[in-house]
Amino acid sequence: MDLKLDHYTEGDTEIVVVEGEIDVYTAPRLRELLIDLVNKGNFHLVVNMEKVEFLDSTGLGVLVGGLKRVRAHDGTLDLVCTQERILKIFRITGLTKVFGIHGSVQEAIDKRSSK
Amino acid sequence: MATITLTISALPAHVRTARLMAATVARRAGIAASAIDEIRLAVGEACSRAVAAHKLHCPTQPIQLQLIDGSGPDPATDPSTDASNPMPGSTGSATRRFEVVVSDRAPAKDTEETPHRLEPLLDGLFLDGEDTPPGGISGFSPGLGLAVITGLADEVSIEPEESGTVVRMSWPLHADQTQNPSSN
Repeated sequence: MDLKLDHYTEGDTEIVVVEGEIDVYTAPRLRELLIDLVNKGNFHLVVNMEKVEFLDSTGLGVLVGGLKRVRAHDGTLDLVCTQERILKIFRITGLTKVFGIHGSVQEAIDKRSSK
Repeated sequence: MATITLTISALPAHVRTARLMAATVARRAGIAASAIDEIRLAVGEACSRAVAAHKLHCPTQPIQLQLIDGSGPDPATDPSTDASNPMPGSTGSATRRFEVVVSDRAPAKDTEETPHRLEPLLDGLFLDGEDTPPGGISGFSPGLGLAVITGLADEVSIEPEESGTVVRMSWPLHADQTQNPSSN
């Protein structure tokens, strides 16, 4: 299936909900959304990937690009993902050390708030 | 032994088609369900890399994908090969493999990054926004893609030539079906 994107605000955090396949064809749309959110002053992002069916290195590149942008404003970008097939690509590339990966949106928000 | 060849234009939208076809053929060849995801991802990475290289060097040229199902009858009738050595390069005589070959026509120079250059994770490896070269695909990093392929395929060879790069990936067929492939 194609990529579906949605986002909503929860406190000072913007939650981005991603559904479908993030690949070389669809990743530019996610990139545009992340850039747009940062440009509008959202520096704490949580990307909910629970409904992502496919993720490739292009998608990883876009997520790291988003992380770079929020960090430039002392912000954060955390991920919500419990799917083994998606987590595997983060492990292969060593990106589990770069992103905070959480089991739920609430957990991601709580972890950041407690820092 | 059966081969399916797919030729795609160098467009990102076709990478998904290549992935789906690879997964379908792999499933039919008898690859374990858990390894289908790996094949889908590795083939997608190889095709994404090829599409990105073509976009920069030869956007009108097609990219070729070969899916070779080694589970069929022996190609023993092929007079050009030694029947006692059915799979060149294979280690065991009974090893049959599902092989995927992605061939592009972009000159390897300037488009390749080895999968070993992963250290500067947050320092320029990832192409994003203003880092993207003219004609390039935003978010795509050839080095990361190759690293993923290397991590997923059971055997990989990447042959960069002046006339293009050939990425060969293969997975064993009829291996120990009870193994747990998610152990890494």
